[in-house]
Amino acid sequence: MTTKPKIPAIELKDLTFWYRADGWQLHIPALSLASGQHLFVRGASGSGKTTLLNLLCGITVPNAGEIWLNGQALHQLSAAKRDKLRAADIGVVFQQLNLIPYLSVLDNVLLRAAFAKAPAAVMQQRAQDLLTALGLPASYWAQPASQLSVGQQQRVAIARALLTQPTLLIADEPTSALDADNRDAFMQVLLAEADKSGTTVIFVSHDQQLQRYFHYQLAMTDLAKGVVAC
Amino acid sequence: MLIKLARLSLWNRRGTALLTLLSLIISLVLLLGIDHIRKEARNSFTNTVSGTDLIVGARSGQLNLLLYSVFRIGNATANVSWQTYERIARHPQIAWTIPLSLGDSHRGYRVLGTNQSYFEHYRYASSQQLQFAEGAAFQGVYEAVLGAEVARQLGYTLGQEITLAHGIGAVSFSEHKDKPFTVTGILAPTGTPVDQTVHVSLEGIEAIHLDWQQGAPMPGRQISAEQALEMDLTPKAITAFMVGLNSRMATFVVQRQVNEFRGEPLTAILPGVALAELWQMLSMVENILLLITLLVLVAGLVGMMTTLLASMRERQREVAILRAVGASPWYLFWLIQLEVLLLTLIAMLGAAGLLVAALWGVQDWLAANYGLFISINPFSWYTLYWAGGILLSAAVLACIPALVAYRRALTDGLSIRL
Repeated sequence: MTTKPKIPAIELKDLTFWYRADGWQLHIPALSLASGQHLFVRGASGSGKTTLLNLLCGITVPNAGEIWLNGQALHQLSAAKRDKLRAADIGVVFQQLNLIPYLSVLDNVLLRAAFAKAPAAVMQQRAQDLLTALGLPASYWAQPASQLSVGQQQRVAIARALLTQPTLLIADEPTSALDADNRDAFMQVLLAEADKSGTTVIFVSHDQQLQRYFHYQLAMTDLAKGVVAC
Repeated sequence: MLIKLARLSLWNRRGTALLTLLSLIISLVLLLGIDHIRKEARNSFTNTVSGTDLIVGARSGQLNLLLYSVFRIGNATANVSWQTYERIARHPQIAWTIPLSLGDSHRGYRVLGTNQSYFEHYRYASSQQLQFAEGAAFQGVYEAVLGAEVARQLGYTLGQEITLAHGIGAVSFSEHKDKPFTVTGILAPTGTPVDQTVHVSLEGIEAIHLDWQQGAPMPGRQISAEQALEMDLTPKAITAFMVGLNSRMATFVVQRQVNEFRGEPLTAILPGVALAELWQMLSMVENILLLITLLVLVAGLVGMMTTLLASMRERQREVAILRAVGASPWYLFWLIQLEVLLLTLIAMLGAAGLLVAALWGVQDWLAANYGLFISINPFSWYTLYWAGGILLSAAVLACIPALVAYRRALTDGLSIRL
């Protein structure tokens, strides 16, 4: 759909995944997102969301088809290379319980730097900038993550996901544990920070009200039927 | 980061971690402690007699001779005549001899008849000479030197008068009441059977038996203590004697000559060899003890694995988060391994500290009550093998929870199950 000549940030081609050959299948004929675009994937639990996330993150590989991340063939890389790629290029925000409770706020964010092999000083600075921008000033940094409110925890998760300026940010119902006010604030900072980093966002939720924040929408049910999106 | 995570994750579960640590420390203290006491016991056992090249007695098995001459256990089957003793003592290769005459007792403690050369030549441990805690060696016929344990248990001091009893029972009906002995010296503790011995001169032994025959007082014949002093108190026989040679090279030659002695059937033994043989018999018990402590350690390690396996359930979140930020499944494997090694290391350090403290605490008590001298330092190069072995077996056992973490990382991926 996009007319930009650049390589798409993420591109899926004829992707098929199943746990058992005769059972449920996930099929995506084609999906392509340019860098910086935001996609909303709507789906109830049990519709294959988690499977899709695992595929996009390179935790699992498709049975057939291709996944291209920033021009790299994710489906052909070894498990170790996929792990490295994920550390540097893919940020993940979970529904809840994003943080390791016994690490401090700052360490939770920097956890990612340890795997991305990025220069420590640069990462330290960026982590502090991100946290401040997300409304968590220095007084929070040394606190154990378990002492934060759910809303604050989710914002720390954004900071961690965006720390390495990844190509792709995947969010799995990150607002489900938040109330309406917190939810809107969360959506705004998430997308604003993703824009600053030039990160493509794939946001999975069953909450249709959130659709309005996104450029594109896609329903999980369409994927199962095999409808081409975007 | 790996070390920090392992450390903080353990700290986060410090309740269970502490209990695991405790059970590990207990089993390690048991293992190291028993291993140490085992070695010390063997040392103190083989140190019972040293510097003596041969022990000679009437013909018998070498263990029997060793047991009655050194450990004061059991009885000699026959005596060695004084003439034979004197002849052998004159052998050009023999530097010194210590005659031993056994058979009497004092309130359950064996009485040993000997001479001055006992205090001069007897050696124990690493060539240590007998030291007097109080007083000096006997000079007169009716004088006695007590072992440390005898003096302590019976509360005797210098100048105390004691009567010897015929035979070796704790309660004896035939006492040498007419010829009491005066304590002139008390020996310092040695941790050997010397501590439990009453030492008198050979002449003293002879004097109290002048009017005895076949183990009973001769009816109608009474020789008073004073009268006895006037008589010839050269012993007619002794039980055994210890021999020191001019040169160790001659040991086997002299041993053979003694064994082939024409005048009377004798046996000469090498105390070191006999002690080793005796210890071999005792080492069965020692090995079983060690086996039990090893099993206790295995139980401790298995307990640690069980706790870790149980904790894997609550650590699903950690696995998912670490996977999401790019941790490989092997990273999670090593995270668990590191935790186990950390726990084991802390347990080993704790156990070492506790053991040293415990040894320091019981050292004096063991020396005072059992004559057992145990060094506070339970470590040797050998301990490093133990440490290595324990770490290795912990690492091998840790593969179970570590592989569970690895498998979880592969299959569960990013799903957080609550």
